[in-house]
Amino acid sequence: MARNSIIGVFAKSPIKPLEKHIKLVVKCSNQLIPFFTACYEQNWSEAAKVRRKLSKLEQDADALKRQLRLELPGGLFMPVDRADLLELLTQQDKIANRAKDIAGRVLGRKLEIPTSLQDQFSAYLSRCVDATEKAAEAINELDDLLETGFRGREVALVEKMINQLDEIEDDTDDMQIALRKDLLALEGDLNPVDVMFLYQIIDWVGDLADLAERVGARLEILLARK
Amino acid sequence: MEILLNSGYTLVLMAAVVGLFMAWGIGANDVANAMGTSVGSKALTIKQAIIIAMVFEFAGAYLAGGEVTSTIRKGIIDASFFVDSPELLVFGMISALFAAATWLLIASALGWPVSTTHSIVGAIVGFAAMGVSVDAVTWSKVGGIVGSWVITPLISGVIAFLIFNSAQKLIFDTDKPLQQAKRWVPLYMFLAGFVLALVTIKKGLKHLDLHIGNADGYIYAAITAVLVAVIGKVFINRLKFDESAALKTHYANVEKVFAILMIVTACCMAFAHGSNDVANAIGPLAAVVSIVDNGGQIAAKSTIAWWILPLGGFGIVAGLAVFGHKVMATIGQGITHLTPSRGFAAELAAACTVVIASGAGLPISTTQTLVGAVLGVGMARGIAAINLGVVRNIVVSWVITLPIGAGLSILFFWMMQAIFT
Repeated sequence: MARNSIIGVFAKSPIKPLEKHIKLVVKCSNQLIPFFTACYEQNWSEAAKVRRKLSKLEQDADALKRQLRLELPGGLFMPVDRADLLELLTQQDKIANRAKDIAGRVLGRKLEIPTSLQDQFSAYLSRCVDATEKAAEAINELDDLLETGFRGREVALVEKMINQLDEIEDDTDDMQIALRKDLLALEGDLNPVDVMFLYQIIDWVGDLADLAERVGARLEILLARK
Repeated sequence: MEILLNSGYTLVLMAAVVGLFMAWGIGANDVANAMGTSVGSKALTIKQAIIIAMVFEFAGAYLAGGEVTSTIRKGIIDASFFVDSPELLVFGMISALFAAATWLLIASALGWPVSTTHSIVGAIVGFAAMGVSVDAVTWSKVGGIVGSWVITPLISGVIAFLIFNSAQKLIFDTDKPLQQAKRWVPLYMFLAGFVLALVTIKKGLKHLDLHIGNADGYIYAAITAVLVAVIGKVFINRLKFDESAALKTHYANVEKVFAILMIVTACCMAFAHGSNDVANAIGPLAAVVSIVDNGGQIAAKSTIAWWILPLGGFGIVAGLAVFGHKVMATIGQGITHLTPSRGFAAELAAACTVVIASGAGLPISTTQTLVGAVLGVGMARGIAAINLGVVRNIVVSWVITLPIGAGLSILFFWMMQAIFT
């Protein structure tokens, strides 16, 4: 009977699931902090436990992504472009994928972060996770953006958040350069293969912030259309 | 001619029974569309929606249903063709009712969106054009009616767009949306009350023999509207706001204010629906009664018999009482992201459009007008997702309904002719 009535005209909103998705993604990337703490202590069983949790969150995010795509057929009339929305979702999902890659690679090689770099690395990691949290904060404004018809103050507020996100990402770039430089100084004393992977892990952690920035950029494009 | 004198009573009874059934069907099925947005946005519970619908559907049908009823009764058909054989008009009107009721039954059973307006207009045009003569139809009038079906959703869409944008400007895009909402929402209530009261006073109350002067009408309408706004304001002031919710989602409290406004627009919607759609059930009945009462003369000036409008209102209320709950419950289950601030804009625009059309005597489709309004809000980027497939179904339904209504009515018309002559 629902299709017989006016209520059938209202399709399911993609906004709540999109917000839920980024919450899962952030929860997933947040697991990297206890994960690396366990790694510093060389507590590999604990690290494996955290990785399993992280991987489960990534799978949940994946499932939600797929469900959202299925529920967003063409022929919906939305205030934002459907292609933009799906692209935003893809970017969000990449953050979780990257977090899973990092945990998998580190655990697989039982890769040790040199003790003298640990504090610096922790600060870098948490700043990158900050970036993903900022991105989530901006995405969480989508329901308020809908309330205001994607106009006015609310848009300005979200743009401010995206600017803050860019600043955090700039921070992480500087931190990454410093970290690389300090690693270069230590290189001679370390196993060359480990060093290669250390560079890779530093890159990948930086990717979290890069991807978060890209989520912000997609959101900006979403707002700029129409 | 003798047939009207001999079995006039039987014919009136037949028309009354089918008319009552149609009204019952409208109440059971169609009202859910008028009230759907209110229930869907959780501004009203199902019980509240049914109580509001009962009161205001009846009021709309009784107070403002006269003009459209007149159009259905004598606007579509050129009465001069039937002067010598008024029984054909009686048969035709009864067949049209049968046809529309049958189609309503079939379509409801199959879950298709039905428009009772389109089926009854199609049915009347059908029997007159095919059963009698192509010239028996006042084509200019029919053209106007069909044109209104295209134009009214458009108009209500534009009004909804403007209302929604005004709410954005006045309330949402401000520093203190809650204070702004408390200040401006009563104005929308005034607007809703004014349009409804004005149309009722100007056009609806004729048959009650209340003659109110031109300027007086505006004054009475304004007084009614102020009354509505003041009562609304009292309810808004009694609202309790959750301060902690204000920090997380600062529009949650604003929506509470709009939920009060939505009660008002739901009343308007029920009133508008009653005023326009009651005619689909009782317009043909009114025609039959007037011919039989006048002993076969087709009186151009006669008024609608006093008991007809209340009968239609009663039928709608009865349908609501019996089936309304079940139909509304299915609507309530639909998960939607429809907040009161959107629902109100769509409902207010649709209700105003429908009630003005009622005043002008145009039989239009409430559902399609509401869909137009919803699209208007969508254009203003106010609704998360609109299912264009369903919109298309609703549009297609009226295109299909016209020939089916016409075909069925011709069939019934020939059958009646064969039985009675």
